[in-house]
Amino acid sequence: MKEFATLITKLGTSTKTNEKLEALSHYFATANDADKVWVIALFSGRRPKRMISSSFLSLWCMEVAELPAWLFEECYHTVGDLAETIALLLPEITTNSTPDKSLSYFLQSFIKMEKAEEKVKKDFIISSWMQMDKNERFVFNKLLTGNFRIGVSQKMIVNALVKTVHLESSVIAHRISGNWDPSTTSFNDLLSEQATTLDFSKPYPFYLAYAVDTNVKELGPENEWQAEWKWDGIRGQLIKRNNEIFVWSRGEELMTDKFPEYHSLKTLLPEGIVLDGEIIPSVDKKPLPFALLQTRIGRKNVTKKHLQDVPIAFFAYDILEYEGQDIREWALEKRRSLLEDIITKLDHAVLLLSPVINFSSWEQLAAIRESSREMGAEGIMLKRRSSTYQVGRKVGDWWKWKIDPLVIDAVMIYAQKGHGRRSNLYTDYTFAVKDNDKLVSFAKAYSGLTDKEFAEVDSFVKRNSLEKFGPVRTVKPELVFEIAFEGIAASNRHKSGVALRFPRINRWRKDKKADEINTLADLKKMLEVYGK
Amino acid sequence: MALVDFTSNGLYCSAGDFYIDPWKPVHKAIITHAHSDHARWGSDRYLCHTASLPLLKLRLGDVPIDAIQWNEAIHINGVKVSLHPAGHIIGSSQIRIEYNNEVWVVSGDYKTEDDGISGGFEPVKCNVFITESTFGLPIYKWKSQQEIFENIREWIMGNKETGKTSVLIAYSLGKAQRVMQCIKDMGLKIFLHGAVWNVHQTLLEARYDLPNAERVTPETPKEDHRGQIVIAPPSADGTPWMKKFSPYSVGVCSGWMQVRGNVRRRNADAGFALSDHVDWSGLLNVVKATGAEKVFVTHGFQAAFSRYLNDNGIVAAEVKTEYGGEEEEQEKASTTTEQDHEINTENEE
Repeated sequence: MKEFATLITKLGTSTKTNEKLEALSHYFATANDADKVWVIALFSGRRPKRMISSSFLSLWCMEVAELPAWLFEECYHTVGDLAETIALLLPEITTNSTPDKSLSYFLQSFIKMEKAEEKVKKDFIISSWMQMDKNERFVFNKLLTGNFRIGVSQKMIVNALVKTVHLESSVIAHRISGNWDPSTTSFNDLLSEQATTLDFSKPYPFYLAYAVDTNVKELGPENEWQAEWKWDGIRGQLIKRNNEIFVWSRGEELMTDKFPEYHSLKTLLPEGIVLDGEIIPSVDKKPLPFALLQTRIGRKNVTKKHLQDVPIAFFAYDILEYEGQDIREWALEKRRSLLEDIITKLDHAVLLLSPVINFSSWEQLAAIRESSREMGAEGIMLKRRSSTYQVGRKVGDWWKWKIDPLVIDAVMIYAQKGHGRRSNLYTDYTFAVKDNDKLVSFAKAYSGLTDKEFAEVDSFVKRNSLEKFGPVRTVKPELVFEIAFEGIAASNRHKSGVALRFPRINRWRKDKKADEINTLADLKKMLEVYGK
Repeated sequence: MALVDFTSNGLYCSAGDFYIDPWKPVHKAIITHAHSDHARWGSDRYLCHTASLPLLKLRLGDVPIDAIQWNEAIHINGVKVSLHPAGHIIGSSQIRIEYNNEVWVVSGDYKTEDDGISGGFEPVKCNVFITESTFGLPIYKWKSQQEIFENIREWIMGNKETGKTSVLIAYSLGKAQRVMQCIKDMGLKIFLHGAVWNVHQTLLEARYDLPNAERVTPETPKEDHRGQIVIAPPSADGTPWMKKFSPYSVGVCSGWMQVRGNVRRRNADAGFALSDHVDWSGLLNVVKATGAEKVFVTHGFQAAFSRYLNDNGIVAAEVKTEYGGEEEEQEKASTTTEQDHEINTENEE
């Protein structure tokens, strides 16, 4: 655990990708195999189920540290991270005579104890705490409660592994994807070819696009490019192998059971096929807003009503495997024509072809792009016709060309302290629009300001707070911000009656006064135009 | 009647007609220590500890300042006043006021661990204790100076091995001198930012035993500081001034570094929770040791600390002062724009 704690500390404090990579490859070169497997698992979203809720951890920490609940809360809001708060509050150990236990020991213990009685868990956790220093406790608590959020991508894991196992990065990326269990898979098995062929659910690593950052004209002649709508759903791979259907999200989550609709494809799709596309709710081959999809993915069980109200389709735009053969090396043109062939023949409401947009000039495409929202899309994808299907985010052949966000001017009315590197700074804000002489809150946003601006707002909040509600301060409604968002949908869970998609602060309107902000009527108008 | 009132000018003793660390110009000010938020400009007459005198002169210029020793009682308008070591920085003092058999103590800023240069803190028995609370939450528990010093030295040696200059960020008055004690016997050269240099010179003139150090100037050859140590104030962190030390690694020395988020926010390569303020358990111990019947809690986590005291049978109240904002002496997230030639005006910590 000590080594893993050191790794996490290095990854957490390092600001340079190279240093992080260095720390990871050092770890892979020195740690034991079982621990390495777990590190790969943890950083690719394969963590064991939570064995205990964080409220129990808090409770036991208060008990051990002899602190009242209000003071614990106060500390938590200042630190902004529960795992760290507990690590800081536990009494320090004076001597440590117990030998260091491995990362895999702890994770296997979590799994073993998942169904154990509360008392057994409590004893295990408290006695573990009492054998650890502050760093180890932090890491241990993080393993119990959630993600590390230290900016380690799967790509970085792959690049670090390249230095110790002698395989191509694309091969490693493929082998560590899919359906494997870190508690039963050995390091060698994980990276062996055999395991990859045995696991017939295994998806391919996704090819990801960069955003267009210059004029599209610089991409060259129009006829080298294929344009498609950029859908706002869940990127996924639809796989049929061994007469079974698998659906993987880009976050490498096996989502087959969440979408029973796809099972109807089992008998229709040819054997040995992998499609890349978007999981989107759809009626009459038209996409519905992402907000509707969210009402389904959060549920444990999908009800009949869900299936009726929010039917899911798969908008396919690529084919990666055909008749059991990996065809990622084929040119996009060739893959596309095969894809069109298959889907047209299948003719099924659940499996749709994501259409290609015909255009003859960049100007024309730019004009078409303006209608993205009406199409239920968030912009356009540009893919080089001759391109292969690559691994991860690569510059050059795939670009996303998103439309500008919707914006609205709003005033800040509540503030709360942030988390992580914004610990103990007021950086989480709630915004309101005008409704006659009232203010109606409609969005929360945490990002979009520079550190300097956050510091400025923080000091404003501290000087102008009106009331305290737990960690939340009501603030004099004075600071005006332009809020950007990707979409808008009706919602009866919010006072304003609207829910925004990915709201963030676009800029601080120091030039505007609070009475110059937008109104609730403006929001409602946007809902009418874009919310359907 | 209260011996000390909390007025809009600052802490005021009406019986003796003087102020303690006033934030507006007054006729007579007793100063706990020479940090800018406690020693403000513009008063007619100042009183401080002898060790504070040169530092106060550096800060305030040539103004009338009287100085006394610790435990040396004087009388002001019939009020008995004495200074007692606070352990915060060189010359920092608690102020004891006695009148009509009642004793009040104003702590100023303090820490309980003896850092070897600021004088060892001594709790003073009193009826009413006015305490700071910069780090008044139980998440703040300091490691010993010895342990942190070892960590700093290890980090410096690691940087040296990879050819990097170690840039230590420390407040020019207080923390910088403390850090120098840590690194003086490492056999490495010590370079100082102008703000740290000014304080260093002042203390050398006052015959303080400080290690040899060199001021960083535009003419300093690059090879000179490669793999060596630079001490700079927080205001220099992240400015173009740092570029000339490249390749370098930044280590921030501040109690705020106790929390990881602050280290990340500062973009520091390393954070050392080395504080000149008392930690949570230190606060509790000191409050008990004073035997005070009533405690006023100023700058820091005053709401939390006073509530905790009240819950535990010690009458306490929070007091708003102008030693900063709500949670003052807080990290000022890169908003300071001091120049190299100025002496630093930021708060300690």
